[in-house]
Amino acid sequence: MANFLQQVVSGLATGGIYGSLALAIVLIYRATRVINFAQGEMGMFAAFIALWLIDSGWPYWAAFFATLGLAFVGGVLVERVVIRPVERAPVVTVVIVTVGLLIGLNGAAFWIWGGDTRAFPSAFSTRAIHVGGVAFSIQDFGVIGVSLGAVALLFLFFRFTKLGLAMRAAALNPEASRLVGVRVGWMLALGWGFASVLGAVAAMMVAPTIFLDPNMMRPVLLYAIAAAILGGLESPIGAVLGGLILGVGLNLISTYVDFVGDALKLPVAFVVILAVLLVKPTGLFGRATVRRV
Amino acid sequence: MSRRRVVTLAAQGIAFLLGVAVLVVLPRWLSDFHASEVAYVGIYFIAILGLNILTGYTGQISLGHGAFMAIGGYTTAILVGHHNVRDLWTIPLAGLIAGGAGLLFGVPALRLSGLYLALATFGLAVALPAVLKKFDDFTGGTEGIQLFGRPGFTGKGYENVHVLGLTLTFNDWLYYLCWTIAVVLFVVAWIVLGGRMGRTFRAIRDSEIAATSSGVNMPLYKTLAFGLSAFYAGVAGSLFALATTFVNPDTFPIVLSLYLVIGAVVSGLGSIWGIVAGALFIQYVPDLASKYVSEAPGAPSVAYAIILIVVVVLMPFGLTGLIRKTTRPLTDRLFRRS
Amino acid sequence: MAALLELDNVEARYGATKALHGISLTLDDGSIVAVLGANGAGKTTTLRAVSGTVRRSGEILFDGRRLGRRGPEAVARLGIAHVPEGRGTFAELSVKENLRLGAYTQRPQAFKADYSRVLNLFPWMLDREGQQAGTLSGGEQQMLALARALMQRPRLLLLDEPSLGLAPGLVTDIFRIVRELNEKEGLSVLVVEQNAAVALETAERAYVLEVGRVVVTGASDELRRNESVRRSYLGY
Repeated sequence: MANFLQQVVSGLATGGIYGSLALAIVLIYRATRVINFAQGEMGMFAAFIALWLIDSGWPYWAAFFATLGLAFVGGVLVERVVIRPVERAPVVTVVIVTVGLLIGLNGAAFWIWGGDTRAFPSAFSTRAIHVGGVAFSIQDFGVIGVSLGAVALLFLFFRFTKLGLAMRAAALNPEASRLVGVRVGWMLALGWGFASVLGAVAAMMVAPTIFLDPNMMRPVLLYAIAAAILGGLESPIGAVLGGLILGVGLNLISTYVDFVGDALKLPVAFVVILAVLLVKPTGLFGRATVRRV
Repeated sequence: MSRRRVVTLAAQGIAFLLGVAVLVVLPRWLSDFHASEVAYVGIYFIAILGLNILTGYTGQISLGHGAFMAIGGYTTAILVGHHNVRDLWTIPLAGLIAGGAGLLFGVPALRLSGLYLALATFGLAVALPAVLKKFDDFTGGTEGIQLFGRPGFTGKGYENVHVLGLTLTFNDWLYYLCWTIAVVLFVVAWIVLGGRMGRTFRAIRDSEIAATSSGVNMPLYKTLAFGLSAFYAGVAGSLFALATTFVNPDTFPIVLSLYLVIGAVVSGLGSIWGIVAGALFIQYVPDLASKYVSEAPGAPSVAYAIILIVVVVLMPFGLTGLIRKTTRPLTDRLFRRS
Repeated sequence: MAALLELDNVEARYGATKALHGISLTLDDGSIVAVLGANGAGKTTTLRAVSGTVRRSGEILFDGRRLGRRGPEAVARLGIAHVPEGRGTFAELSVKENLRLGAYTQRPQAFKADYSRVLNLFPWMLDREGQQAGTLSGGEQQMLALARALMQRPRLLLLDEPSLGLAPGLVTDIFRIVRELNEKEGLSVLVVEQNAAVALETAERAYVLEVGRVVVTGASDELRRNESVRRSYLGY
């Protein structure tokens, strides 16, 4: 029983990470119908920058927040420079552009920092804390806190600020938004900025566990995609919940089903993707949209 | 047949014969190493051709064709490496097994469209290496399978090859093997896509609804397209295994699948004539980038990404689109008689 | 009376198809002008040309200022509110959020007063603030669209087929409100309508379009009295 609870908590921690990245993917998808395949690499790049700041002597949280700021700016720039020219192009073209971004950022990280695996500091101590006689890792709670905190802040922003409302409107109905004076193009850019911030949070939360190297986010991206699909690509809440469910589920399966273990977690995620897309493509929390013939 | 059609066919025929002629004599001027590089171009050519059948012709996006290459590659590797089968026989077999996998995948793929299919195939390609590692009794696990020196391997990977009374270096042999198969498969694709099947495929791509309402058995054709396209990828994968003389789960990474899609888009979806350009692009741009930009690891990828993005932005319809756009005024001129 | 809006030889196209072949019209400050004609005549495109939703050539002057190549976001800031075909409501957002969006270009301090004003016109909205706009009835959505436009504090209102899909009683209500706003607050209105009879009762002048050109123009009374114009172009 103790082990079960421990696995649930640590599953929630990884789930929080998947959920943050999944939310980033959903934000961009809702606004532009595009899956940003480079979302993971953008986060990875941000994590490298954070490490560079920390190695230069910055305290952890200063580096953390500075990185978030830089990630935001980076996301906005990427949208304006790379995505905007292909706004109206067919899906395949935009997919290629994000794929190109993936390859480019991956290469840039290799070029600047090399391919060696590095340790990334954790914001939280790795000591255990005992609740009800069961040992939990403080780090897990910390990760859950930060991921869900970031997500919650974002929700509050969208719900209660004028800019957040404008961004929601721009994603839902760009034409009508223009008519009330919303600069839709900039709303999209801001969306990419926020998504980039979420990606950076996810990367910095996962890096202490899986160590920092240019390829580290590849599997995380797949888990995030699975989480986004599970929750429903149109649903931000679904993305986060999907992440938590997937995190806990994968953890429990890999602990209790020997055959799967750690080795087959990725294929299980793939099976989840396939199963959801076949059975209920709109995911657990998405609403079915009728295709106008 | 309209006059324009005749001229187009004639032009295509001449281009084809010229191309074949060039391919036959090229190794004389290429160093051994370059011959092997151009052999890889041939392999990518086959894979991209297959992907084009799927994406360009029936509009189903696959970001996971590397997985079908892996299936073909591993088939050859297991048969040659573990069971001493003669390598040439494994090539069609690899294609068939990969094609079968494609047919199988094509069935659930029917219910997925556009981006959803892209995501599912992406997942397939990312997840497959883990499966290959797990079933290590069969696949050699992380250690992979060595083909170098195996008895069934023509030239064993380094010796000269004697065929049809000629003696070729291993790399030249590889070159002719890959390109002969590439040319044959190209002609097959040309015939298949030019005929009724091709028109049906294109109808599906342009409007699924219109195609269904005119009586096309959509599920059948879409699944067939997947199977055919996977067959091509499997053959390419088999040749890839022979070229690298070694396979392990990292031989067919997700990046390969992405490169194939890039090659298909650069060449122009929906036509088989620009594919050489696509294959050349994915083989040589990274190479040239590492020569002229910087040798540091990662730098070629950055240059590659920039070039790719610029190319895609400037030529959204790929090289074929560009050719069509520039030759259209020419062919229009030729026909403004009456 | 000064002209608030002037169109001079405006052309517009959708891709390769030309929709407007040189439209000229004038709207005086404080007046209501109707744009009439059959389906496909270019009425909606005319409004889109003014709001900048479609690319156009030719001159458009608003309050003496050239609109040039301004897009809808900039045109909205000049004081032109466009209620498009299909109403342009944000179906997934609530009634109040729709109205907040209408006030997007205005100062935050103005919201309270403007919101009360709108509630006076449409009292039913008070109890339904939180309701999803997409679940409102057709008539309610039209009123919400109008209210949303009013939150923009416009000098010129562009109304596209307000009567579409509405029961006759509601149609009369909407046009009555428009007339009131025009008389009490001097709001200028350019309204596109297929229902020519109702439009001519409210507007002072009208322009009749056919296939992207102005074929008839004049005061509403004259047009109503002219049998042949009514038969050929107005359908009644």
